[in-house]
Amino acid sequence: MEFLRPLSWEEALALRAGRPDAVPIQGGTDVMVEINFEVRRPGALLDLNPVRELAEWEMAEGRLRIGAGLPYTRLIEEVGDRVPGLAQAARTVGSPQIRNRGTVGGNLGAASPAGDCHPPLLAAGAQVEVESAAGGVRMIPAEEFYLGVKRTALRDDELIRAVWLRPAEGPQHFSKVGTRNAMVIAVCSFAIALHPAERRVGTGIGSAAPTPLRAAEAEEFLAGELAGEPAWGRSLPDGLAERFGELVGRAAAPIDDVRGTAAYRRHALAVMARRTLTWAWQDRLAGTGRS
Amino acid sequence: MDASIRLRVDGQWRTLDVDTRTTLLDALRERLGVTSPKKGCDHGQCGSCTVLLDGRRAVTCLALAVAHDGAEIVTAEGLADGEDLHPVQRAFLEQDGLQCGYCTPGQVCSAVGMLEEVKAGWPSQVTEDLAGPPELDDEEIRERMSGNLCRCGAYPNIVAAIRQGAR
Repeated sequence: MEFLRPLSWEEALALRAGRPDAVPIQGGTDVMVEINFEVRRPGALLDLNPVRELAEWEMAEGRLRIGAGLPYTRLIEEVGDRVPGLAQAARTVGSPQIRNRGTVGGNLGAASPAGDCHPPLLAAGAQVEVESAAGGVRMIPAEEFYLGVKRTALRDDELIRAVWLRPAEGPQHFSKVGTRNAMVIAVCSFAIALHPAERRVGTGIGSAAPTPLRAAEAEEFLAGELAGEPAWGRSLPDGLAERFGELVGRAAAPIDDVRGTAAYRRHALAVMARRTLTWAWQDRLAGTGRS
Repeated sequence: MDASIRLRVDGQWRTLDVDTRTTLLDALRERLGVTSPKKGCDHGQCGSCTVLLDGRRAVTCLALAVAHDGAEIVTAEGLADGEDLHPVQRAFLEQDGLQCGYCTPGQVCSAVGMLEEVKAGWPSQVTEDLAGPPELDDEEIRERMSGNLCRCGAYPNIVAAIRQGAR
């Protein structure tokens, strides 16, 4: 197995162009599992750790640009207050040891439907910055990034550079179901982000379809029911959260597998959607909403 | 394919040639004879191979040796100053925080790394107040140590040991 160690982003892109079979590796917490168990024998690994700028973040054009190599623990500590939904999800990834190494870029590259970062990225309307030596930079909306189970819109010669998110404009929450808190793959997960200025609510569903996805009908339903200024300053109308939950459950396309049945996943999603909307709304009325 | 790397293990610089597929755990155990990190699951689930890697706790089974050329590694063995045990090690002994002992070096390294994280104010999944410094109650200890399994089930004493070690 060849081991490629670029020292700069430009070098990484050049190596990538020449070796489409190389598997990019950062924290290694996902790629290494497959290598240790010989599920995968890549011809080459492209180690992105020496590319220091990948582990940085910045504010640019009013948005947060989070480098693909920023470990979860630093993300939580350094920018968690600005992206609370993503930070909540990051706090549930693997175990503390995994979070010291794992990255959002790795989660995106692996594109497991159960990846914890996907729902909050979808709910917040994040964009994925990818780049290749020949094609330059592309900005891909999160909802167009996931194409299938472990398949993404990333081209053979491209690498993930960063994710872009606007700092939270309203309350955000993340919820997931598993057999214990640590070291489990989510049975299903859900993220919500209120966008008060646009009078709409963003959603993200995880582990309940071949790809992470938004609950479009549920989002439209809420935008319709909560149209107009006064609705956003009052308590939620009776039954609204329940109906929202049902629509979220319906948006999923889950399967029966060892972790849970499709029917259970739909039910759990409906409950998580109802709860997270209720929490987010309470945050909003209390004027907190950054937890 | 082989690569030459240098690792600083428990204070000593070591140079070795490794196959590029070698994990940090195998390099430590099989190549350098540093056997305090244990191989339990080999896929990041059990935490028994935890060390402090450049100051932070990490599982060595999911790290490639070749990717850590120049890294500083502290294992449970390196935490003690000769016969003088680290307070967390002493607490594990005094509180009987083990039965068979296989997971213990990983537990100890994880606990030491965890206490540093608490000191730095890092919140956990169960931290209620994200603004203030985290208070290390038993629930916090259990959540923060959730990456280390003990198949003997010595958890109550492990929690007690960490409570003592934190003082």
